[in-house]
Parts: sequence; C-alpha cells; structure tokens
Amino acid sequence: MDDPIETNIARRNVLKTGALAATAATVPFGAAAQTPPAGSKAAAAAPAGAPVSSKVTLRVNGKQHALDLDTRTSLLDVLREHLHLTGTKKGCDQGQCGACTVIVDGRRINSCLSLAIMHDGDEITTIEGLGTPGKMHPMQAAFVKHDGYQCGYCTPGQICSAVSVIDEIRSGIPSHVTADLNQKPLLSIDEIRERMSGNICRCGAYSNIVDAITEVAAATGGKA
Amino acid sequence: MRAFTYQRVSTPAEAAQAAARNPGSRFIGGGTNLLDLMKLEIETPTHLIDVNHLGLNKIEPTQEGGLRIGAQVLNVDLASDARIRRDYAVLSRALLAGASAQLRNKATTAGNLLQRTRCPYFYDTAQPCNKRVPGSGCSAIGGYTRNHAIVGHSEACIATHPSDMAVAMQLLDAGVETVKPDGSTRVIPIADFYRLPGNTPHIETNLAAGELITAVTLPRPLGGRHFYRKVRDRASYAFALVSVAAVVLPDGSGRVALGGVAHKPWRVPGADSSMAGGANAVVERLLAGAKPTADNAFKVTLVQRTLESVLAEAKKG
Repeated sequence: MDDPIETNIARRNVLKTGALAATAATVPFGAAAQTPPAGSKAAAAAPAGAPVSSKVTLRVNGKQHALDLDTRTSLLDVLREHLHLTGTKKGCDQGQCGACTVIVDGRRINSCLSLAIMHDGDEITTIEGLGTPGKMHPMQAAFVKHDGYQCGYCTPGQICSAVSVIDEIRSGIPSHVTADLNQKPLLSIDEIRERMSGNICRCGAYSNIVDAITEVAAATGGKA
Repeated sequence: MRAFTYQRVSTPAEAAQAAARNPGSRFIGGGTNLLDLMKLEIETPTHLIDVNHLGLNKIEPTQEGGLRIGAQVLNVDLASDARIRRDYAVLSRALLAGASAQLRNKATTAGNLLQRTRCPYFYDTAQPCNKRVPGSGCSAIGGYTRNHAIVGHSEACIATHPSDMAVAMQLLDAGVETVKPDGSTRVIPIADFYRLPGNTPHIETNLAAGELITAVTLPRPLGGRHFYRKVRDRASYAFALVSVAAVVLPDGSGRVALGGVAHKPWRVPGADSSMAGGANAVVERLLAGAKPTADNAFKVTLVQRTLESVLAEAKKG
C-alpha cells in the first residue's frame, strides 16, 4: 500500500495507539490463547463468557490472509486493526453512517455490522483495492476533481458506495425512486441521491459527490 | 459484546437441533440487526448458529401459483426479482423503502421478519424496558413517544415493529414455513406469526424455541395496483412514522395494511370491505380503539391522509 502523505502516517500512528488502548479495554487478554475448532464443528467447551477464537481465511484486495480471530471481531475491525488497511473508516459502528462501506463479492455492505468469521473465502475490496495514489480508480479521481469531500473521513465509504451504485443501476436493481419497477432504472441524479443515502457526510459535500458520480457514470458509458 | 461460540450448519434440521442443544443460542443470517444489539449487550447469545449456508437462497414457484421465498434470500435480491416486481410490487416497494442499499445487500428475508423494535428506550440499557428485561417497566410510557404505537399496545409496551417488508407480507397473506428441532415442519400464516405485546412484550412471535424459518410463501398474485407509501422524517433511510401498504383492484375493492402504528404489521381484515367507502371508512375500522399519546396523536391523521392519497392515486388509473 502506498502511503501518500507523511503527515497522514503520523496521524495514523497516533490513532493506532488510541485504538490499541481501546481494544485492551474491551477485549479481555488471552483471546489468542484459546483456539477451539472453527467451521462446521461447535467450539469446544470453554469457561462461560471466556473469549473464543476461530480460524478464517479472508481474501482482501486480491491477497489471501489466514487469521485466528476472536469470534466477536467485525469485518471492519479486522481490516483496520489486524490487516492495517486503515482506509476503511469507523464512524458510528452501528450501520447508520456508511463510513465502513466495503465491497464483498461484488456488493457493498457495512463492514461494522458483519462478523469477520462469516466471510471465510469471500472476496473483499476496500478503498485500498480500488486504486492507489499513483493509479487512482476513476471514481477516486472524480472525487478529487469535484472536491467531493471536506474532512475526508466518510470518503472511502462514499467511494466504495459510489462505485457500487453505478454497478447496481447497470445491473437493473431498482430503488425507492425508480418510477417503473418493470423498466431498467435510469442513471439519474435522483437515483444516485437515493442510492447514496446510506453514506452520511457531515461536512455536507453531497452536491459535489453527486457531480463526481455523474461524471464517472457518463464517462463509462451510461447516461446521467 | 459478550463472547460467544460460533457454528456453521448445512441443513435446516441441523440448525434447529443445534439451537435446541444450545440454550442461549441465536441463529444469525445477515446479522445487521443482531450484531448491533449484541454490541450494546441487549442481545447476549452465548452461541451463534450461522444459517447462511442452508441452500435457502432461492425464489421458486409453488404448486398453488405463488412463490416460495427462501429464508436467506437477501432483501436486495427479493426486491429485484422480476416476478416480485411484476406480481407483488407492494413487496418490492416496501423493501426498497427500508434501510440503505448496504443493509439490503446483507439483510435476509427471515431476518427482516425478526428484526426488533427501534424504540429508543429498548436501546437504552440504562433505563427499564419490559421487552429487554421482562418485568422491569416501560420507560416509553410517560416518555417521548412520537414514534410509538397508537393501536394494539399495552400497559407493558408501546413499541412499534420496524419492518417495511413485514407490512407487505401481512398485506399479501404470506405464510412462514419453519422447521422445529424435532424435524417437524409447519406453515404459520403471517396473521398468526406476530404477537401483541400484552404482558409479555419480550415474546414477539409465535415461533417455538429453536424453531427456524426456512421460507416465506406468497399466495397467487392478487392483480390490481400495488402501493407502499411510507411517511418518514427524511426522504430516505429512516424508519416509518406511518406506512400504508395497499392493493387496489379495478372495481375499487382491495386491502390495506399499516406500518409504524403497532407492535406488529397492522391489518384488520374487516377494514378491507370498507374500501369502497373511502379512506375515512377504512381508517375508522383499522384504528378502532386507537389510544395515541399526545406526542403521536398526529399519526391517526397521518394514516388517514396517506391512505387518502394512495386511493386518489389508484383512481387516476
């Protein structure tokens, strides 16, 4: 992974220290020492309430990772804390803000509301897998061009969602604002706005985000 | 979140047996509601049974001319299915009015039916709640009740059911197919699936311990025009203040169900026969005995006006 800007690295280290402290407070020590069997068999009897770990293989951005995880670990936390893919952000941690949006087997989901152990063998794409600072995904480039962010915290989730929105419209998935359910949905601004409603931007960059998505949709063959 | 053991199962019977063997276990499908509640320790399962690999992800025709929707069919796939869009549009519309695309990509048919109330007092573990801790009292009564039930509630609980999909299922007379730990199967008509709160608001459905939902069946298509009109505080991604699901036939007859007003999707069969008499006549029967609070009395008017608007649109042809 390319680290674009030095100040970001410094900030990440500060955040990492904070995150580890938080982990220590909520997850009892000794989790890694317990390794009951995973998969089809029920885990072996452990003292009631003791942490349980389980083996899982995740494919993230084309790379395979064999992990031994506390069963409670969310997909979001494994990406950030175990694989150090800190592009995916933790906002509300309860599925309301969309900052944690990643693409799993071609579909966007909230990684905060999904257990990592339930993604054995799944293909996971994070913002780091869409493009790099040297070779940005067209949606990343369009967000930069249209200033589709201010603080940038929601941006990775917005971009993962935006890429999926275009795919979803092209594959004919209807939305709440699709006028005729029996017709293919249009790549319209109304459709884009409705489909992006699961990604909150507290800076209010919405109109620029819609501009960025509209441009990519048009450039890649759709009508906006 | 409390620690739990985790198990993947490969048949519905195995899932139900695992649940019977492990008191304190829960089935997990998409997990979008369950994990949220586990983080807050409102749900504290000691064992999770992953029911995503049971082959219950297909939508198939039934012999009766309807459809059988596998319990694990994702909300996005159900809303997008060409047969649902054409013949059961109210269901597609209800699904698309709910949650966000990210959640619809994960949430399942059975999980949607079983999602729990979003009453803020249920979520606030610092306050009493009969649904969360039976017998502890209801903090909503006498609290802030703008989003709460106006009909069918009790002294113990005034929470509403949050699902949009379930309102359409209620309207369509869906059936809930299940398997029990002893291997027996049954179909629960959706009208008998949910319970009113009474003195036991923590018991929300008539499912037995360890009973697993395997499918939801839809009878033959009703024809007519389908509506799902949801009124909420935001244009998208918010729970309903009220919602109206309706099928209106060319002769003006039809049926109506409501969301956002009760502990379960709300339908009063006798009300449908008043359709020809207009919205007021229907609502009079639908909301007979309603006891709104000062905060949510507006819902009575809102239901009436929303249904009025639906019926007017139906007339336009």
